[in-house]
Parts: sequence; structure tokens; C-alpha cells
Amino acid sequence: MGNFEVINSRASRIDSPAKATGSALYVDDIKMPGMLYGAMLQSPVAHARIKSIDVSAAARLPGVKAVVTAKEAGLVKFGVSPARYDETLFCHDKVRHHGDNVAAVAAVDLETAMHALSLIQVDYEELPVLITIEEATAEGAPLVHDGYPRNICAEIHQEFGNVKEAFKECDLIKTTTFVNKRQDAAFIEPQGCIAHFDIFGNLTLYSSTQSVHYVQRTVAMVLGLPIGKVRVVKPYVGAGFGPKAAANHLEPAACLLSMKTGKPVKMNFEREQVFMHSRGRHQFFHKFTTGVKKDGTIMGLDHECYLNGGAYTSFGIGTVYYAGSLLGGPYKLRNMKYDGYRVYTNLPACGAQRGHGGVAARAGWEQQLDMIAEELGMDPFDLRQKNMLVAGDVTCNGLKISSFGMPECLEAVRSGSDWKSKKGKLPRGKGIGMACGFFESGAGYPSYPSDTYHDTVLVKLAEDGGSALVLSASAEIGQGSDTALAMIVAEGLGIPLEMVRVQSGDTDFGVDLGAHSSRQTLMTGHAAKEAAEDARRQVIEVLSEELKTSAQDMDIKNGVVKFKMEKPDFTPLRTRYIKEHRGWLDNPATDDELSFREASRIAFLSRGTIVGKGKYKPPVPGGSSKGATVGTSPAYGCSAQVVELSVDEETGKITIEQMTDAHDCGLAINRTSVEAQMQGSFSMGLGEALFEEVKFDSKGRLINGDLAEYKIPSCLDMPKIKSIIVESNEPNGPYGAKEVGEGAIMPTIPAILNAVYDAVGVRIYELPMTPERICTAIKEYKEKRIDAEYEDQSKRNRAGSSIRLYD
Amino acid sequence: MAAKLVQLTINDKEYDIAVQANETLVDVLRYRLGLTGTKKGCGQGDCGSCTVIMDGNTVNSCLVLAVQANGSRITTIEGLESEEGLHPVQKAFIEHGAIQCGFCSSGMILSAKNLLDKNPKPTEGEIRSALSGNLCRCTGYQKIVEAVQSIAK
Ligand code: FES
Ligand code: FES
Repeated sequence: MGNFEVINSRASRIDSPAKATGSALYVDDIKMPGMLYGAMLQSPVAHARIKSIDVSAAARLPGVKAVVTAKEAGLVKFGVSPARYDETLFCHDKVRHHGDNVAAVAAVDLETAMHALSLIQVDYEELPVLITIEEATAEGAPLVHDGYPRNICAEIHQEFGNVKEAFKECDLIKTTTFVNKRQDAAFIEPQGCIAHFDIFGNLTLYSSTQSVHYVQRTVAMVLGLPIGKVRVVKPYVGAGFGPKAAANHLEPAACLLSMKTGKPVKMNFEREQVFMHSRGRHQFFHKFTTGVKKDGTIMGLDHECYLNGGAYTSFGIGTVYYAGSLLGGPYKLRNMKYDGYRVYTNLPACGAQRGHGGVAARAGWEQQLDMIAEELGMDPFDLRQKNMLVAGDVTCNGLKISSFGMPECLEAVRSGSDWKSKKGKLPRGKGIGMACGFFESGAGYPSYPSDTYHDTVLVKLAEDGGSALVLSASAEIGQGSDTALAMIVAEGLGIPLEMVRVQSGDTDFGVDLGAHSSRQTLMTGHAAKEAAEDARRQVIEVLSEELKTSAQDMDIKNGVVKFKMEKPDFTPLRTRYIKEHRGWLDNPATDDELSFREASRIAFLSRGTIVGKGKYKPPVPGGSSKGATVGTSPAYGCSAQVVELSVDEETGKITIEQMTDAHDCGLAINRTSVEAQMQGSFSMGLGEALFEEVKFDSKGRLINGDLAEYKIPSCLDMPKIKSIIVESNEPNGPYGAKEVGEGAIMPTIPAILNAVYDAVGVRIYELPMTPERICTAIKEYKEKRIDAEYEDQSKRNRAGSSIRLYD
Repeated sequence: MAAKLVQLTINDKEYDIAVQANETLVDVLRYRLGLTGTKKGCGQGDCGSCTVIMDGNTVNSCLVLAVQANGSRITTIEGLESEEGLHPVQKAFIEHGAIQCGFCSSGMILSAKNLLDKNPKPTEGEIRSALSGNLCRCTGYQKIVEAVQSIAK
């Protein structure tokens, strides 16, 4: 790895002082003069025809400034992918899930707005409610959306190679199923926004979002405004993990209310609404059939998956593709067949969440690989090592692997966890398990078909050279992108990190697709590096003119101009600088080196404001099959984890005791932030594995829409984590960097599943692994063991091989 | 509803405020006094982002009515910085990368401070228990625990 001044260090995050002192402003911390408060009227039923809406009493309530429904909002359809724009701002003919949006009110305060909502009369004619995939796809089931027979929202059929033929060469063919539960992203800051439509007809929207760009486009399209009249600003954001990557309904609703009233309008989700409009993790029903040779060579995978999508598509097209395509790595899978179905139901829509589409697939399949390893009498590490991709490989579904530190990851967790002395040697009730992960570094394409640059960055030097300002529309949501960009720009310019300021999350600063698909470090990072180098080039060019020294012979390092050859006489430049700064106490001394500060002042005097420009668009990825665009990325991260746990066979309680995690993130721009992503990913995976599940009653109404009934991991649930950073040098990443934010969650659930098996001998095919589920599985296992005392190990593993689709 | 006058000492400053009977402390801090460092992640007592120190104990300020707080001494995140600069807990959080999105940080820092005030040398288990009412979805808690440990020695 190269010699770096700023990156690859453990620099403190540039935003942490503001956050540690409470001075960082999140959207609900902002107050504007004359600000009104908005609230949404949401459907109390999951599926119904709207016969009439009467808002007259609400509109007459003193303090109410506007009431809007589909009549005012119009019926422009929107969503994430233009192929499935299936939502309108307000429902007009029917409501499709509990909480679907019917009307909105703006009033002088929240109490009045809430009171007004209670005065709106909606006449619903209830329709049958479709909760499960079975119900929704049944012959004669009512349609959630017209034009989608049997409620199939999207259907994927892909085959790479020939699985059937490949299976003929196999010594073992194994089929298992796996099902997770709908998970909520449970970011601690609920979505909220403030819209202000001013007297000049400019709309400014402050929102808790992961992508100002996508929100800007959605709002402009839905409200019929030119993009240039819509500015979206992201204040500090209390995390997102996926769901905040697309526009929510509050955003256009607040904008419309502001347009109607001419006042700023604030709208927030309550915690229950966060769950109702979560757009988080789908429930997936997987069936995997894998064929291997005796020596462990994986020959093919036949994979079928059903997704309970909820009432709208949201990110779902991407999700159903990812559920298949992300199994293309990290192993050399010679043949892969995938049949995926996303089904509309009358539950709130699901969308994207950390590890988009791939988490349940990875969990179920890595568990199956563990079973296969056991049946072949191989160590799980050896099976994986045997099949591992290497840099330079192209997967059977066309993913190009340009760097791949997987052998190092495997080795790091194998020795880091002391696997050898523990695997198979722990007392009953204690277990150790491992699994691998794989994820992209940014989606190869935007969510709408376009040749757009994915990211643009400006680096503007202050006219006295004292600082560099980075302007970007990227989204710092807690993952540390502002700090990563500042570090990249400091490195690119050759100045200390303290001299760089970042302004981000504002559509006025350019185009950036935002924080999703683990893209900011690689993609915005590229644009930032290019912008920094462009600014640096301009400064050096001016120096070259002034000093009659070749540009190649100069460099900037740590805020100082370095001359590779003989040092030219720069006293005239220094004299000019000092003359302009008479009275300043920190002017350079005669024998100081020429500073960046002086150099960029001279550059300004010669050329005006120095602005470096950078942009990034991923190289057109390959792949010719339909949907080959989903999963293609300039680079792929990979990871391996080992989990140690104990299972109390009496109570069924699982305690995670130790965790060893290695992740190849390319070059780590900020080492502390990389570990932070790894550890945060693990906690989200642990929650999904052990207890997280959004629940609905038989009428499709949300049951556990709060953080008491929907439990996420607390400090007491988390074990000690040993985080090991593996650094490959990614040729397609800025300074060799690639993803860590999502890939790190991939091995968590299967490593836990495999450790549970090691501890108590049961395979679990359905999440979450609640004490009840574990107890039942242990009971079944014990009964079966008595029944089949002489049956061999492999037969025992068939428990759970039947499909248990609907729970 | 009749307003009631309450007296609060917040970060060593005295306030006399007329509040409604159903107004929560978090809303008074955030929306009346502009002390928005105290966050409101759920409003139901489940997340801990609204944690403040009231008369020496941490409370979820969304569960405390302003009238109940009458006469109390309250410390919010805005009250931790002193003339000597940031509070050691704040510094430790910054140095150890214990802050990601920051939405839990105010409450987390106050819970950690209150623990250390009462028990300057807590064990890891004591730290984890003391912070268990403060949910963080970003960090996995490891760097938070490390930050607290770094000043607990
Ligand atoms: S806002 Fe008070 S506990 Fe969540
Ligand atoms: S840092 Fe985001 S919730 Fe804790």
C-alpha cells in the first residue's frame, strides 16, 4: 500500500464534535418563522375502496391552513423504478395497506393538525385483505394493483450455465429452505421534513434522507415543478440503513402544503409510522438446491425465492434481482438458476435495507453449505476455500471481481477465533460457526435509466488559501462519508485534514445518488479525488508559470510545496503574499518552505477562484442477460465471520459470546470508521437472527410498531467483537478503497445459525431464533434422535428440508 | 387547559416556564427552550435518545411531565461543556469513534457521565448495564463501551 499522509489513518470524524455537544441540527431541531405543522391521514384498514372523502369539517377548524387530498395533489405516479411507478401521493380509489396515505393537513400547531385529521370523514368499503403470498397468489384473489395477475409484482427467471446438466456430475445434491421475517431498519431518528415554498416560487425541502437527488426528482415530478426550482437539503441525519434512500410521502405532502399556504411546513413520522412506512427488509422464502462433487467442488445452484412485497413496489425490483444475483459470489459457482417472485400483498411495502436483497439468501445458503461440508466430511473453511473466487474472475452471472482479499479474511478469522482448537471440541450447549459474505460497492446504474453522472464534487479553495471547501450532494447519514471525503480531498490536494471543510447533502452542490448500495466511498470518493487533483493541478500550473519551473517537478505534501529538482527562488511570490497580509501575525518566515496557503493565494490572484471539478460514472458494466444490471458494480467487498455462542437447552435462549470478523474493504480510508461499519452491521444481523420481526394481525394491522415490542439489540445483547480489516488494493476504487457498510452484515446470520447447530445439533430454517423456536427445534431433534437412533447423520439433516412457506 | 408555572434549573440556569399539564419535559426542552441536543426518537420511553440527568438520575425526558420536573435540577447535553472545554466523556466518544449518526449520542453520553459520576471505575458489565436503556442502531456499542472504559481507569 502507498504512503499516505491523511487517508488510511484513524482520524477523528469531522462531524463528531457537533454530535457530541448536541449542536448538530437534525431536521426536527429546525424551526422557521411562521412554520406550520402537517400531519397525514392514514388508512385504518388494510384494503378498502374509498367511496368518499369529506374534508369540510377539518378545513373549517380554526387554525387549519390547508387540507389536501388526491384532488389537490393529482395522480402522478411515482416510486423507485420507473418500470413500477405504482404509488400516488394520496390514495384516491383505494387504500392498499394499514397506514396508506389519504389526506394531509397543515395547521398552526400539531394538536390542531391532529384534531383536524379526526374530522375528515372517509367512507371505506372494505375488501378482502391479502396477508400471505399464498393468499395473494391464489386463483381468484382480489388484485392489489390492476394489471398484475395473481399479484405478481415482478418475476425473474435467469439461468447462467446449465444447472440440470451440472447436477448430473454431482455426488451430493442438497435441498433446503429458509425464511426470515420482515425487519425494520429501526434508525433512531424517525423520518421528518420541512418544506418551504417561497414567494419567488422556489421550493426548499429539508429532509432526513439518504439521497437528496432522488427526493428532488420525485418531488419535482409529482408536483410538476422544474428540477431547478426544487432544492433538497439534508441536515444531520439519524441514520437510514436503506429505507431513507427513496422519497417518502411526507416529502411531497409537506411541499404541497407549503405551496398551498406559502408557509414553511414541518412533518414528522411518529415511531409507529416509521414501522408502517418502513420500506425495510422483505420477508423472503428461499429454496436452494445445490450440487457438489465429492471433493467439495460446487457445481451449481438452483434457487427459488418468493418475496412478500407489501402494497407497493418501492425498491422491490432491485430486491428480487439482488436476492438471486448476490449469490454469484464469493464462490466459483459454475451454474446458477434463479427464479424470483415478488408478490403484492396488503401489508405496508417493503424496500431496501442494509445488504439489500441478499441477507436472507446468504443466511440460508451459507447454512446449507455448512451442512454440505459436514456431509462431505470437510471443515467448513476448507469447503469455502476450495471454491473461492480470486481477483480477475468473472462470476457466472457476469460480476467482475477486480480485488478479493477473501483468503486473508478466512485466514484472519480462522486463526483470530482459534477455530482449530474449538470446532467440534466445545461442550454441548456451546457452539462455533462461520460464514462468508459478499457485496457490491455501489450499484452500476441509477434507479432511473439515465446516462447521468452518479456523483459530482467541487473543491473550492479559499481566496487566501487557508482552506479547501468540498461541495457535494452526497449523504452523510452516520456512516462517515463526510469524513471519508474530507480525507480523500486532503490527500488529493496534499494538505492536512484540518484545512478541509465539507458541505454536503444539498442538491445545490451537484448531483449525487446518495448513500445506498455501499457507494459513497468508492463513487463519491472518486469524484472527490478527481476534484482535489484538479484544484491541485491548477495551483501547480500557476506556480509553474510564476516560477518557470516544470509542473512535474512540483508536488504538494502536508500543506507545503515540494520541489523535486533545485528549489527555485520564490521570494517574489512570498513578498506579494506578505504584502497582502500586512498586520497578520502568522506570515511565513523567510526561510520557511513555500506553503500551500501562499501558493493558492497566488493562484487566486492569477486565475480567480480556484475550483476543482470531479465527477464519476461507473464504467459500463457487462452482462447481457435481462436484469444483469442489478448487482453489477465496479468492485466487490468480501468478508468472513466466526461466531461463538451458547444455547440454554432449557430455555432456548441464545447468548452470543464472541465474534471475529474480517472484511476486505480495499484500502481503508478511515480505519476506525471501517470497524464501526463492521460492528454496526453485526448488531443489525444479530437482531434479525435472534429477535426482530415486524408483526401484523389477521386484518393486516401492525401489532408491534414500537421499540419495546419490536426489540433491537441493546448494549447487553452484544458480544465482544474482534474486527480485522483486510486490505486489498481495489483498482477501481479511489486510492484502492471499496465497500464495508453492507457486506459486513452478510455472514452474521449464517455464522450464528451454524454455531447454533454446533452447540445443540439443530438446524433452524426460520428466523428469528426466539427461545420458543429453539426449544421446539431441540425437542423435535431429541424425539427424532430417539426414533432414528441408528439413522446416519446425513438423514438427520433432512429435517426442515420441506418447504415451510407460510407461518 | 390551564397553564402551570414550573421552575426548572437546567444546566445551572434557572427557568420559570408556564407549561400545559400534558407537556413532556423533552418537548419543553426542545421546542420551548431550544435545547435541541436532547433528541426524541420514539416519545414512548423505549429508545433513550431523550435521556437527561434529573436530580442525579438519568430519566427518559419523554416520560416525564414538565410539571413533575418542577423544582428539579436538570443536565442536558448542552450543559456538559465547561470552561475547560469538552467533558471527558464527550472527548472519549470523539476519540474512540463512538459516534456515527449521533442521534443516540446525547443520551448515551449523559448515561455514561452519570454512571462515572457514581461509579468512577465501572466494570464492562456495569457499563453495559448502565447504557442498556440507550438504543444505538449504528455502532454495535463496542466503540461506545471502549470510550467509557478509556476514562474509567
Ligand atoms: S424519545 Fe424518550 S425514550 Fe425514546
Ligand atoms: S450513532 Fe446512530 S443511533 Fe447511535
